[in-house]
This record gives sequence, structure tokens and C-alpha cells, in this order.
Amino acid sequence: MVAILLVEDDPSVRTGLELALTRQGHSVTARTTGEEGLEYARARRPEIVVLDVMLPGLDGVEVCRRLRKSDEIPIILLTARGESLDVVVGLEAGADDYVVKPVEPAVLDARIRAVLRRAEKTPMSRSSFGDLVIDRAALRVTKAGADVHLTPTELRLLLELTRHPGQALTRGHLLREVWDHGYAGDSRLVDACVQRLRAKIETDAAAPTLIQTVRGFGYRFTAP
Amino acid sequence: MISGLRGRLFIAFVAACLTSTALVAGIGYVLVRRAILQRAQDAVLIDTRETLAHTVPGDLTAPVPERTLRDVATALVRPDRYVVVTDGTAVVATGQFGLRDVPAGLTSRAAQGLYFQRVVIHGTPWLVTATRVQGRDGGPLPLTVAVFASLAKENADLNRIQSALTRAGALTVVLAVVLAALLGRSVLRPLRRLARAARSLGKGQLTARVDVRGRDELADVARIFNESAASLEYTVGELRHLEATARRFAADVSHELRTPIAAMTAVTDLLEEDAARLPADTGTAARLVAEQTRRLGALVEDLLEISRMDAGTADLTLDDVPLAALVRECVTTRGWADQVVIEIPPGLRVRLDARRFDVIIANLVANALRHGDPPVRVVGRAGLEVRVIDNGPGIPDDVLPHVFDRFFKADPARPAGKGTGLGLSIAQANAALHGGRIEAGNAPGGGAVFTVRIPA
Repeated sequence: MVAILLVEDDPSVRTGLELALTRQGHSVTARTTGEEGLEYARARRPEIVVLDVMLPGLDGVEVCRRLRKSDEIPIILLTARGESLDVVVGLEAGADDYVVKPVEPAVLDARIRAVLRRAEKTPMSRSSFGDLVIDRAALRVTKAGADVHLTPTELRLLLELTRHPGQALTRGHLLREVWDHGYAGDSRLVDACVQRLRAKIETDAAAPTLIQTVRGFGYRFTAP
Repeated sequence: MISGLRGRLFIAFVAACLTSTALVAGIGYVLVRRAILQRAQDAVLIDTRETLAHTVPGDLTAPVPERTLRDVATALVRPDRYVVVTDGTAVVATGQFGLRDVPAGLTSRAAQGLYFQRVVIHGTPWLVTATRVQGRDGGPLPLTVAVFASLAKENADLNRIQSALTRAGALTVVLAVVLAALLGRSVLRPLRRLARAARSLGKGQLTARVDVRGRDELADVARIFNESAASLEYTVGELRHLEATARRFAADVSHELRTPIAAMTAVTDLLEEDAARLPADTGTAARLVAEQTRRLGALVEDLLEISRMDAGTADLTLDDVPLAALVRECVTTRGWADQVVIEIPPGLRVRLDARRFDVIIANLVANALRHGDPPVRVVGRAGLEVRVIDNGPGIPDDVLPHVFDRFFKADPARPAGKGTGLGLSIAQANAALHGGRIEAGNAPGGGAVFTVRIPA
């Protein structure tokens, strides 16, 4: 059972999704506006937020951005349009994944489970890459001694990249391993998450040295 | 180099200038030459005639005393003139010429009166005048006179005139060439501008116009071109506007349908799960609603996808993808794994938009399963070429040209089934987005073959 916050303004969609997700065995709290959703998320800390992009007032992207400032709660965006801009902006604002409406409850459930999948702990490993230290047992990442707060998706991406240092990984591979998507998944998920990860672990995110882009292919983690 | 309008203009203009210059100069020269020589001749003839009349005694008989011959000769001498006087036996000459220098024909005619002839002696032109001197009674005297008058001065004048005319002619020709070139350019430049504008108009650049300069025929043509282009632009603009409106309407409708469909889709699973527990009719109704809701959702998705393609807002995200794995995933997630045989080299990696290629393969395989029979073979090779071959009866020849048309149904009487009627056109549009295309055909042993070709 997962504690889900559903923010959706359309009453029919809200009722439908609430019903379906409850039937999947989750505990769903529904909110109608971005402000209400934000307030609830901060006060009650659900395990995951399913957020409609097109909301009156504070829209989904803005809620996502505000929530990310202080929190690593996983967020899945519900986009009414599969249109690029929405998706890109939403992912850059910190969403972990997105689904396009209409969405089958089974698909949404699979995405929720994928996003919430914990990074696997490995007992023995603690690796350092320059001043970046990854403790795989405690699932803790520090940069120059300070804790780096990563969302579960960001952490899984970092662990996957650092598991194969020096090796270029395709977006398709990362989509499968980190997001449980297939090859046909949206590779912008990877790009946006890499951007966010760089902002947190690189010394200069504009000139990344740890996570390097392999053009037209994917990404490579390079130990300094 | 001399071809086309420019060359023809050039040649015609230069030829006209050359001909008229040659004619004017030639006629002028001939007239001047005639006048100059006439004057020289007249002067010699009159002078000779008058001098003879004054100096020759009227009662002369042969043999003429040598003194008289010498007097006559001296009287006739002028600068540049030499005289030969004879009475038939004795000869008196004042210069280098003698009787043998007088042309034979002239000697014989001289018996009848005063005659002249132009001759060239040692490269210098001379006017030779000869006459048998007549007495006062008109009878012939035994005295023949020949006067050699130099035409060197006249000749020099004529030469000067000739060279002046030649120089003027050459100058005219140079001027004509320059003018012809300028004229050619002035005619051709607007033509070239017009051609360039017409070409870009043909390429679909409907704002192409030409500058209208001057008020000649070419300017008229340019003006007509501009008017035609403007009206074309307006018409095409109207059509595009109408088309855009229609497309936007389709997109808007699909978009508006999305929210209710989203709500319904959320609860279809519930309906289906509980259908067994409902009264029979209600259960059937619930299943029907659930199934048709899914179809409606697919239709709206396809419509939106098509409108994005039409609007040109569809984007392409290229990645390096293992083809066999992509195709396998495509058929597995849709539950077709046991009906599809994949024949793709395992190591083959291709650059394409994985999501869009997944759509292509899914639509082709769905179509093959719907209209043909399993097993469906998906055969791929580098290049990139992927063939989807079914095991059915193949596509009739009259249907073949229409298989990619939207909402095309081979048999209108057949129920539409699960398809949206947009699958193959979406597949084709996705292939086109990759710079490739899909071709439909039949395998030699029967069965439809859809071949996707995407350039590397």
C-alpha cells in the first residue's frame, strides 16, 4: 500500500483515478488545486504525488518546482497533452516520470511502483570519486563532506551510472534500469534527470566532469 | 558564349553598327575621292588647254624647230608637272619621263583631242594628259604634248581621309560592342531577376517578388508577375488558413475528448473486474463500455498524433538502439510474442527515435495480425530495412494504393474491429519523420509485406 496524493481538478478524472488506485490497493488522498496539494504534501508527506499539469491557479509544474525546493518526494505528472514543452518543463522542474491522459490504471500503478522502487543496498560498497562519496550500504551520498539530497530516481540513476564507471550507457539502458521503461520510453526522462543530478553533484554543472554526455548515445560516469 | 538572347542581341547590335559605319564611310570616301581627283584633273586640263592656246603658233608645220618645242614645254611646266613635247621626230622632255611613259591607248586617242589617264609609275600616281595640238582653224598641227601631273598630294589627302575614316569606324565598333553588352545586360538583368523570383515562387516561397524598374515591356512583365504572385499568395494563404482551421478543430476536439475519456479509462478495469458479479445483461453492457472506451481512447490518441504530424510539431529524438531488442519489447508488451517471429541480427544497432519506431512496428504488426494470419515475421537488416510479412491472403491490387489512407477500409461491409483506421498512416508519417518510407506489397508466395526503409 502506497500513500498517494492525487492532485487533479477535473472531478470525473479525480474520482475515476481515486477509485482505480484505491482498487489497486493504495491509500489515495485527492486534492483539487495546486495550493491545496502543496499544503497537504508538506504537512502529511505522502509517499508519492500524482500531479495534473493543467491546474487552475498554481499549475502542476509550479507545484512540482516548489515541492522540490525542500523535498525529495517522488512526483509523477499527469499531462493532458503529450506535448513536448509540458513534458520537458515538468521534468526539468523535478518530476520523476510522467503519464499521458487517458492513462490505464494498471500503467499508472506500474509507474508508481517503478518510481518508488528503492535503490538496492549493497553491503560492501563505499566508493569515492574525488570529493563525491557514495555509500551504497547506507544509500547516502556526500559531496565534499556535505549530504546530497537525491530523489529515489536520482539516486538510482547515480548508482546505475557509477556501477559502470568509464562505460557509456545508452538512454535505452538507463530507461530500463532506472525507470523500468522499455526502449520506447521517453529518453527526455533521462536527460532531465541527468541535468538535475549534475546540478547536485557536479562542482560546475555547466561544465560537467563526472557525468559526461556521449552524443547521440547516452551518458558516461567518469571518475576524476 | 554567343548563344541565347544575350548573344543574339549582341551580334545583331554589333552587326548593325558595323554595316552602317562601313556603308557611310565607304560611300563618303568614294564621293570625296571622286571630287578630289575631278578637281585635280580639271585644273590640269584647263591649264594645259589654255597654255597651249596662248603659246603654240597657229601656222606650225613639221618639222617644228626645236626652240619652239622647248618654248611650249617650258610654258607648260609647273611644280610637280613634267612635259614631253614631240613633232613626230624630235622629242623635248622636261623631266624624268619620256614618250614611252605615255600609255599606248592614250597616245592613239590623243590624235582626236585632249585625253587623260591615271597611271602609277614607280609607285607614284600620275595624271597623264595628252593631245595632238590643233591649229586655229581646227586642223591638226604637227605637235603632240603629254603632261605628267603628280597626284601625290591628292593621294596623301585621300590616305589621310581613309585612315581617319578607318579609325572612326574602329571606334564606332568598340562603342557598339560596349553598348551592346550594356544593352544585353540591361535587358537580361530584369529577366534574370524574374527567373530567380519565378523559381523561388515555384519552390513554394510565395512572398517572392521582383523590383519593377522603368516603364518598358520588361517592367510590365515584372508587374504582372508580382500581381500573379500576390494573388497566388493570397489564395494559398486562404487555403492554408482553412486547412489549419480544420486541423486545429480536429486537434481541439480530440483534446476536449481526452478528459472525459481519461475519467472513463480510469474505471474500465473496475467495470471489467466486476462484470462477472453483475446481472448478465448489465455485465455484458459493462464489458462493452469498457472495451469501447479503450477503443475511443486509442482513436483520440491516434487523431492527436496525426494532427501533431500534420501541424509539423512532431519531434524526433534519435538514439542508438538495439533493433532486435526494441522489436521484441514492442511485441511482448502488447501480448503478441507467440504470434510473431523476429528475424533480426542480434548485434544490429540503429539510430532512430525508439518510441516512434515502436509505433511503426506496433501498427504494422497489429495490421498484419488483423488482416493476415499468424505467424507474422519481422525481418530486419542493416541499412535500415525492416519487413513485416504476414501469412494471410495478401492485399488486393485495387486496395494496395490506398492502404495508407486515413480511415480507409478495404471492405466497407466488414466491421471496423479494433483498429482506429489511422494506424498505417501514422506509421507512414513516423517513417517520413525519420526521412524514410513504408511500402506495401505482396510476397511471391502470398501474404502482405510492409517494408520500412529508413536511410542510415
